Amino acid sequence: MRELGPNEILFILAAVRWTLLLSLVAFIGGALGGLLIALARTSELKWLRLLANGYIKLFQGTPLLMQLFLAFFVPGLFGWSVDPWMAAAIGLSLHASAFLGEIWRGAIEVVPRGQWEAATSLGLRYWPKMALVIAPQAVRIAIPPTIGFLVQLIKGTSLASIIGFVELTRAAQVINNATFRPFTIFALVAVVYYIICRPLSAYSKRMEQKLQVAAR
Amino acid sequence: MSYEFDFADVFAAWPELLQGLLNTLWLSAAAMAIGMVVSVAGALGKTSGPKWLRWIIDEYIELIRNTPFLIQIFMIYFGLPSMGLKFSSNTAALIALVVNVGAYGIEIIRAGIESIQKGQVEAGKSLGMRPLQIFRYIILKPAIQAVYPSLTSQFILLMLNTSVCSAIAASELTAVAGDIQSRTFRSFEVYFIVTCMYLGLSIFFWTAFAGIERSFLRKPTR
Repeated sequence: MRELGPNEILFILAAVRWTLLLSLVAFIGGALGGLLIALARTSELKWLRLLANGYIKLFQGTPLLMQLFLAFFVPGLFGWSVDPWMAAAIGLSLHASAFLGEIWRGAIEVVPRGQWEAATSLGLRYWPKMALVIAPQAVRIAIPPTIGFLVQLIKGTSLASIIGFVELTRAAQVINNATFRPFTIFALVAVVYYIICRPLSAYSKRMEQKLQVAAR
Repeated sequence: MSYEFDFADVFAAWPELLQGLLNTLWLSAAAMAIGMVVSVAGALGKTSGPKWLRWIIDEYIELIRNTPFLIQIFMIYFGLPSMGLKFSSNTAALIALVVNVGAYGIEIIRAGIESIQKGQVEAGKSLGMRPLQIFRYIILKPAIQAVYPSLTSQFILLMLNTSVCSAIAASELTAVAGDIQSRTFRSFEVYFIVTCMYLGLSIFFWTAFAGIERSFLRKPTR
């Protein structure tokens, strides 16, 4: 059995970069997908709305862990092999697309009807209307819940450890298996997640209160 | 696509899958019920408790909300035994789920309680209602009505979170899936079926929560 020394601690802390990188990739992927879902959900075409709604329900109605397992095994059906990193990045991006899509749909729908009508009567087509009139107003409303979801996503990356991607949680397990100091190791890891997530949660909460005051 | 689907082995394991489904259902329902009690008690402590209690509840909420559920489970199942607290994997799973959902539930119920106007409680007092009656009919029920959508989506998330309990080998659906997979090597088929089963559970809870709202929580209409 190994002792829990500085090298072991460093091994765990160094794995934070993989947690952060996976969060970043999943957030970017989720933002792109979420944008499409949000636009589809608020579209005038009924089939597009239904399709986007089905996607959201599917991902909100099944565990993230199952989504990661399927992201790992489905490419194999087509003869593509993916490593845990790819599977985690794809799975978390698809997951984030559904949640961000739903959050942003809400933000788009809060923009008053009159704004849409005014933009239309000014002769703006769909894309300029969305980009110049609706988006700037929706973004303000969307920021606090988006940051809130980012916290969920960062915590969600810990599940990538179960499909074998060595990020913070997996690194902690590896070291725990060698040193068997579970209390110290998992407490340390909890503190690291807390340090990453707490400022984001606090920011999101503050922004939300600000918006509420502004809306009064 | 050269892959040949073979669901036969997975379907042959249906008694295990059914047992896993029932265990997940039971684990979720138990955690929801106990979590509800924790949430109401915590929300009361936060709105009307002494300052030190409010501080403790706040710290608990922030700690839980800013760390992953998986780490919370590991802490309870692997970490606490070194302090002399040892639980079976199923008990540890239930405790972790309750501790986790409590942190979200307290904030939700608190928001509901704070949405009730003071005049309502005063009206109750002047009608001669006893404190417990005031709490039940004037505070708790309207508070739950006000936050019912957030509360139930939190409970659905709790149910989905039970899948993470497979990491400590609690006997629920995802753990059963892992067993079948390691025996049959039909990874895609197993996880596809089990994902569908979770979707079924979500639909079950969505429907059940809507039913509860219709039968118990509907506001009186005139």
